[in-house]
Amino acid sequence: MDNVTGHIHSVESAGTLDGPGVRRVIFLQGCPLACLYCHNPDARTFKCGTQTDAFTELKHIARNANFLKTSGGGVTLSGGEPLSQPNFVKAIFAGCKHMGLHTALDTSGYPGRRADDTLLELTDLVLLDIKQIKPSKYKVLTGVDLQATLDFAQRLADLNKPVWLRYVLVPGYTNQTDDLAELADFIRPMNNIERIDVLPFHNMGCYKWKALGLDYKLEHTPEPDREQIESAKQALSRV
Amino acid sequence: MVKNMKIDIETGSVDLAFLNEDAPSCYRKFKKGIWNQEVNVRDFIQKNYMPYTGDQDFLESPTDRTRRLWQQVLTLMQEEQQKGVLDADTDVVSGITTHAPGYVDQDLELIVGLQTDKPLKRALMPFGGVRMAETALKSNGFSFSEATQKAFKALRKTHNEGVFDAYTAEIKKARSSGIITGLPDSYARGRIIGDYRRVPLYGINRLIEDKVEQLESLDVDSINEHVVRLREELSEQIRALHELQEMAASYGYDITNPAETSQEAMQWLYFAYLAAVKEQNGAAMSLGRVSTFLDIYIQRDIDEGRLTEVDAQELIDHLVVKLRMIRFMRPPQYNQLFSGDPTWVTEAIGGMGTDGRTLVTQSSFRFLQTLLNLGPAPEPNLTVLWSNRLPEGFKRFCADASIRTSSIQYENDDVMRPYWGDDYGIACCVSAMRIGKQMQFFGARANLAKTLLYAINGGRDEISGEQVAPMIQPIADEVLSYDEVMKRFDLMMDWLANVYMNSLNIIHYMHDKYYYEQLEMALHDRDVLRTMASGIAGLSVVADSLSAIKYANVKPVRDERGIVVAFETEGDFPTFGNDDDRVDDIARNLVKVFMNKLAKQPTYRNAVPTQSVLTITSNVVYGKMTGDTPDGRKRGEPFAPGANPMHGRDKNGAGASMMSVSKLPYEYAQDGISYTFSIVPKALGRTTQDRTTNLTGMLDAYFNEGGHHINVNVFDRETLIEAMEHPEKYPQLTIRVSGYAVNFNKLTREQQMDVISRTFHHA
Repeated sequence: MDNVTGHIHSVESAGTLDGPGVRRVIFLQGCPLACLYCHNPDARTFKCGTQTDAFTELKHIARNANFLKTSGGGVTLSGGEPLSQPNFVKAIFAGCKHMGLHTALDTSGYPGRRADDTLLELTDLVLLDIKQIKPSKYKVLTGVDLQATLDFAQRLADLNKPVWLRYVLVPGYTNQTDDLAELADFIRPMNNIERIDVLPFHNMGCYKWKALGLDYKLEHTPEPDREQIESAKQALSRV
Repeated sequence: MVKNMKIDIETGSVDLAFLNEDAPSCYRKFKKGIWNQEVNVRDFIQKNYMPYTGDQDFLESPTDRTRRLWQQVLTLMQEEQQKGVLDADTDVVSGITTHAPGYVDQDLELIVGLQTDKPLKRALMPFGGVRMAETALKSNGFSFSEATQKAFKALRKTHNEGVFDAYTAEIKKARSSGIITGLPDSYARGRIIGDYRRVPLYGINRLIEDKVEQLESLDVDSINEHVVRLREELSEQIRALHELQEMAASYGYDITNPAETSQEAMQWLYFAYLAAVKEQNGAAMSLGRVSTFLDIYIQRDIDEGRLTEVDAQELIDHLVVKLRMIRFMRPPQYNQLFSGDPTWVTEAIGGMGTDGRTLVTQSSFRFLQTLLNLGPAPEPNLTVLWSNRLPEGFKRFCADASIRTSSIQYENDDVMRPYWGDDYGIACCVSAMRIGKQMQFFGARANLAKTLLYAINGGRDEISGEQVAPMIQPIADEVLSYDEVMKRFDLMMDWLANVYMNSLNIIHYMHDKYYYEQLEMALHDRDVLRTMASGIAGLSVVADSLSAIKYANVKPVRDERGIVVAFETEGDFPTFGNDDDRVDDIARNLVKVFMNKLAKQPTYRNAVPTQSVLTITSNVVYGKMTGDTPDGRKRGEPFAPGANPMHGRDKNGAGASMMSVSKLPYEYAQDGISYTFSIVPKALGRTTQDRTTNLTGMLDAYFNEGGHHINVNVFDRETLIEAMEHPEKYPQLTIRVSGYAVNFNKLTREQQMDVISRTFHHA
């Protein structure tokens, strides 16, 4: 295997939120989206962060392989947008599979076309964010077009690739009943969706925007209450 | 001929009662074994316990009776929290039989017995040191009865006086400079676990017979010092057993013969423990490993229709209420070392047997269930002996209870079992010992961070300027060289190991002489394995400091006395807690090197030297007494507790931190390696189910890597800050500190701040 250079934002050695079990989560640097609620705006820019390479990261992973396996976890590549660096992802995942580790890819799906079939073969689980189902609203929220994400979702369904769907619930942006119903309709035929996580929007990333001198539009957006979260969960559950 | 044999040909069911028909009624239905011939509780357990591999669904909530009893006790505890010590004996020197029976509410209590005649009234125990007892009373607003004090001082020498008669000038200097502190030289050493199970299983008569036999076995030709001492001790043990029987009788129980029911078994076991805490106010008065033993009695009663699950839980709840009420009278300086009034009523739960069966029983669950039935509490110090092979249902129940109460600590049974077998308990926080067969001489700890500074300063104290250690050439370099520092550090550790062990030898000689643990030792075999339990503080400070010297540029800054009082560090260096071998190897090696130096020292009673990496809460006071260190820690700042990485320096999350700690070698720290872990609930997963699964997975993973101990705290920092401001809203807020749990409100402000400033793992 050839070594591949990568740019990473940070590493969490015991992540529990991005896939099953306790996981090493590597946050890759660079993301083409500009989500209004992004809580890692400092991971957006490309070619920044810490430069590393696949071998270096795999050495770290190998040291922790037993730890991760014992806990029922594995390795998650998140970001930023990991598919901005598809070759780096492939190299890491290939190494992980060799070590018998579970792999998860946390993506917006927008650059889904950059994930070739080999990459997806090396991926055990996709954590897929469909941030909105209405194209116009998606564009406002993320700055990019929705269709690529939907295409990617369909491709994963056709491949029967396990997916955990994630939906950030932002009052005023993503909590409208008909949007939720439409998303539910979209995913209903897909048998590969193992789990749906409704993630309540929170304002904890605000300080990062300010530190970067960026204008944070959601500063006064309230966090969703329990009831809103529950009804979104209901709406998206496909039974 | 065979009267009681029943075989039902239809169903194939057989009642083999006849096999046991010659057994006395107390042993009915118990499988016979060596335990019938010898005092051997482990054999009894192995022959008779029933492993449980299911989940928690069978558990019951507290009865109304339990709720009412607990409410009364809780009210007293809240009163105590507000007022300080509720009541104290100022007159009667405590012994096993000195106080009339005391009760909380006789109509409600299923398990009786108090340390004095009133609940939460603290006993007078001056044998460790009369001045300590006096200060303890005074600082809490009581005054020592003049008559007792005068008589005691005139007639009775204490442990503390004995120690200071023998201390050398060098030891005194090392002690007051703070390079060795917390030594049990003015208080009772504790950390001895009587096998309290022996009392219900055998009854007092049989235990006395056994001890008399042991005494007779020492009718030998040549009576040397060793024999004299042991003969005297055995005679004292026999007296203590008689007193225990007398105390139980005063509560209306005849404990001369074995217990017949689970209520009796629990009551007698508690009496035995109670006698120990009436005689001794040791720093840690641990209970041992009783839940699976008691389960055998409970199961028999359930089988006989004598007891329901509700009754069984009620009995255990009541026993635990009593254990929560254990109190000792402590002066303020003691609280600095052991903050929050701990008693370390440590109960070891679970683990695996050497035959591969789990030692988890339904009563393992019932003991943990008390945290939910009565609410969280620091005592008893519930310690789960974890193995990857524990039943999944039990693991999940523990993890769930941890998330809800932050009251449990975990220790690696797979690491300890090869050393201590499958009937060991935990004394205090992390000290494993075979129950009834082993004890330790508790030795507090030495300050390795200060030792490093002594190495740099030629043996002079960086704060007082005094020459405490032998004079060596101080370092004159402009930039510290790793090799030069290590050469001197090694010499300084040689000196430290020697002066430290000398002081422990004196202390334990005197403790045996002036405050011998008669009752606890009566519940041991004649010949026990003794360990000399030393310890180190400041491991991560020293590892990071040496890493700074090795990988960055550290310039010492000298004051007008020529003593290095500060350091200017340029450049990056790896820090402990990030799974980086460059520094983790330094830490690992320090543990080994210092242990090997301790092992070279001769010890009192040929005790086997061991070492712990545990600070309890003395990490704060040690920090206070230690100058600037090369890792960037400023003079007076606390060390990290136990084997923890320094606050805020573990930058890659919990996994990396656990990996670093798990590299510390148990082989060279057989007295335990303590790690305290705090995580916010959200960082454990998105749903309750996920959190339980992930905490279980994390524990499996950490222990699989060889980690020895972990305290698990699950809460938000904000909760603690809120509790600091409004303690009344959080009467039972319990947190795990270093090897024990405390009620957060009982910590000093300084220690609360220390806890809050520690690393909380976030999502």
